[in-house]
Amino acid sequence: HTAGCFITDNVGQFFSSGHTNNWAVLVCTSRFWFNYRHVANTLSVYRSVKRLGIPDSHIVLMLADDMACNHRNPKPATVFSHKNMELNVYGDDVEVDYRGYEVTVENFLRVLTGRLPPSTPRSKRLLSDDRSNILIYLTGHGGNGFLKFQDSEEISNVELADAFEQMWQKRRYNELLFIIDTCQGASMYERFYSPNLMALASSQVGEDSLSHQPDVGIGVHLMDRYTFYLLEFLEDIHPASKTCMNDLFKVCPKSQCVSTPGHRTDLFLRDPGSVLVTDFFGSVRKVEITMDSINLTSVVSHRKEEPAANGELQKEVYSYSDQLPVSEIIHQKPKQRDWHPPDGFILGLWTLILLVFFQTYGIKHLKHIF
Amino acid sequence: MGRWSHSQLSMDEGHVTHGGTVTLSNALCSHSQTEMATTEVERRRGQLAALSIAAVVIIVGVPLWWRTTETYRAWLPVSQIKEFATLQLLLSVDVEVVFSRGTVSPEQQKKVPMTQTQDEEHRVDENTALKYRYEIRYRTATIMEEDALKQPTASDADLSLHALSENPCGSLVVYVIPESSSLLSEDVDVYIGQKRTAILRLGAQMRVGRTLEQLLAHLEPRIKKILHMMSFSHTDITAALSDRVRLAPGNRENIVDSMRAFKSSPGYEITFSLLNPDPKSHRLHWDIESAVETYVQPLLTKLAPIANFSIDSQTLYYAMLGVNPRFDISRSSYTLNAESLAHVINPVEARLGSNAASSNPVLNFLLYVPDALHSPLHILDRKKQAVHSNAFHSPRWGGIMVYNVNDVYGPEAVLPVDININMAKVMGVFLAQLRLLLGVQSSSPPPGFVVASCSSTGLADWELDRLMWSRSVENVATATTTITSLAQLLDQIGNIVINDNIAEQVSSAVTSLQLAVAELEAGNLGFALQYSKEAILASERAFFDPSLLHLLYFPDDQKFAIYIPLFLPMCVPILLSLIKIASDARQKRREKQAKKD
Repeated sequence: HTAGCFITDNVGQFFSSGHTNNWAVLVCTSRFWFNYRHVANTLSVYRSVKRLGIPDSHIVLMLADDMACNHRNPKPATVFSHKNMELNVYGDDVEVDYRGYEVTVENFLRVLTGRLPPSTPRSKRLLSDDRSNILIYLTGHGGNGFLKFQDSEEISNVELADAFEQMWQKRRYNELLFIIDTCQGASMYERFYSPNLMALASSQVGEDSLSHQPDVGIGVHLMDRYTFYLLEFLEDIHPASKTCMNDLFKVCPKSQCVSTPGHRTDLFLRDPGSVLVTDFFGSVRKVEITMDSINLTSVVSHRKEEPAANGELQKEVYSYSDQLPVSEIIHQKPKQRDWHPPDGFILGLWTLILLVFFQTYGIKHLKHIF
Repeated sequence: MGRWSHSQLSMDEGHVTHGGTVTLSNALCSHSQTEMATTEVERRRGQLAALSIAAVVIIVGVPLWWRTTETYRAWLPVSQIKEFATLQLLLSVDVEVVFSRGTVSPEQQKKVPMTQTQDEEHRVDENTALKYRYEIRYRTATIMEEDALKQPTASDADLSLHALSENPCGSLVVYVIPESSSLLSEDVDVYIGQKRTAILRLGAQMRVGRTLEQLLAHLEPRIKKILHMMSFSHTDITAALSDRVRLAPGNRENIVDSMRAFKSSPGYEITFSLLNPDPKSHRLHWDIESAVETYVQPLLTKLAPIANFSIDSQTLYYAMLGVNPRFDISRSSYTLNAESLAHVINPVEARLGSNAASSNPVLNFLLYVPDALHSPLHILDRKKQAVHSNAFHSPRWGGIMVYNVNDVYGPEAVLPVDININMAKVMGVFLAQLRLLLGVQSSSPPPGFVVASCSSTGLADWELDRLMWSRSVENVATATTTITSLAQLLDQIGNIVINDNIAEQVSSAVTSLQLAVAELEAGNLGFALQYSKEAILASERAFFDPSLLHLLYFPDDQKFAIYIPLFLPMCVPILLSLIKIASDARQKRREKQAKKD
């Protein structure tokens, strides 16, 4: 019997994981310049996941995306993940699906559970099925049992566990790997109760996750420690590698991370020693050789007679299809807006007018009002 | 007021001489009596005020607060939904067994028109039970059918038999021919036609002098095998129930089949892509429009009861495979071996694109023409043999075919060379892959069985029936799980608002489910599939409605933190005054008791 994670043949691999496609949901929950490192974290994971094969159509990337073009960025259009500006993780082919103020708890839960309005385009949806392995990566500022979204709202660990349960009920995943890099990150996976979930966190309850290194040129911290060492680990992974999850659990021990990373595998049905890292981070396809084909040449003879009957060729007339219903937009009636009470300015103006009126015409009228 | 007049009195009395002290005390007594009367009135008024405020708060305030803070929840048919938690499906198949001349003796012929019903029960798990009912009707052949069976070959006989009658979907006809008939060749017992007929030959032991019961018993195992092939087998149905029942890994082939085929969906998108990595050498022409119309559209029209299909096509230039092929000297061609095929798809997929408007699953079919430097390119299977079709497919994704063009032009040709692609060959491979990806199983038939080659549409009627059976069962299973989990979710989380449209969708899903199960019992496969599709559409729409987002989650300590500053300052005086009223009443009662004694 195989000891360790070496899988002998491809047929065996076909059955060992049970998934046929991979998805990734990468979320950075903070905004503002001093949270540069969270954006760099998410973008670095995005780069690794793309390098290992998951295409953009299968990645849902949620970022505030206010770093690259921030007024305080000394190198515009770049986001660096290593000091001395070695590695630009922004580049020119980043596809951010939810940016700016669209990164909210509501949108995140809608993406996970699939309850999006019908007008949502394909790239903003998580179209996974029961044979998809999903990687979910969250980073930002968190606390004991909650994660802060864009400094204005929070998601609690109960809501997250309920969202995963709804995904399980609808069989929207085969296996799910949840990685969180925030302070007290382990509290976010305490409440999970759905099967086939594996979780990793950068720090335990009561501990803070620390950042790695500041860059003097940019002026902020560039990465968090846990993600930095995670990415160093992922650099050695290529699409055909056979490294398994037990090695991933050893990433960033306390000596390097200062906080104690934790993981949770009790809900996972397979043994983590047999789960490949590329099962979640990469997108290794199963293939089968096509053995048969259909003989269609007999059909051609029937069809060849038809064009002869037509006679001359008819040139197809092409016309430009209406991209935007311009006529509808121009002639649109203005929308009925809800009535709002008058503003403070209007109220102040009317008070002034009333006072002046009563001043000129005599004070005796005032007592009828007050 | 009382105190004020009293102090005024005391001021006046300060001027009175000591002779008037008695009158003063009298005056004081009478004054304090009136004082006591006024305080009594005061107290009563105060008690009445406190009681009425408490009454208003409790009778008017609390119900008002309750009604304004409750969430609107429309009525759901919860009891009917609970019934679906335990699913009992009855699948009923109509089979006709037609005896031709020479198979039954004349006296048996009189007994033959009869009907038999066979039931098979299976229990899948504690919540799901399956029952298969086969209604077998026996009869003798008509004169026209006898003429049709006299044709020289089995396929001709098949064709003329179709001309006679149309069989509704879900039903089967088995023609029994005598052992002496030359319609089937020596080692073949059963011929399965393109539509819903099969021709079965009696075995050698069934000669004259046997009873009808013996004849039927002899036929039964082979009829069963025919049924398993042409309508459904237990493994197919349990695989279709995978949404409801997480089965332990059984047969490897079944797992591969279930992983390969797309899940049931109301629509699919098919994209044909031509990859030309070397436009400088090859100028490729593929007449995709007419090829789709000629070869693919008939198949998709036949599959119309199952799903809608939309087709598009594109050409990609300078699209390379992600893997470098190796030159094999023994074959004098470049080769891709089976292990490296897995890494071919990802770099290409990033460039493929898809229709942004729909969320239907996409089937990608790629035709790759290798560049001039790496031609010809062959795919090797695991045994290092060249694959005849030169194509491979990936489960739930699509297929890739490599089309070599190096034999079309010689070394002295002027580049770029115009090349017309033979669409019949290409479409033959793509259609085979399409069949596999949609779930048309191509398992090898049992020994002694011959299956007619595919018709011009690429799909036999009985294969369509098989697909319809498994799709109906899959839809019913998925819809029941969706509905039950939705009901459970809404029950668990009391804060979710249930709008009227969701309740409507749930009710229509329940109705459609009941109809679908009833039609399956009756054996009307077409209607059953239609109702099951409606059921699954309605249940998915209800489950994934954007308004069902559970955003009203408040932990209990937050609820207290919101309500305490509002209600506590108001409730404390009321409570204290009520307590005071109660204690005063108790004291008075005690005094009255003491006075009585």
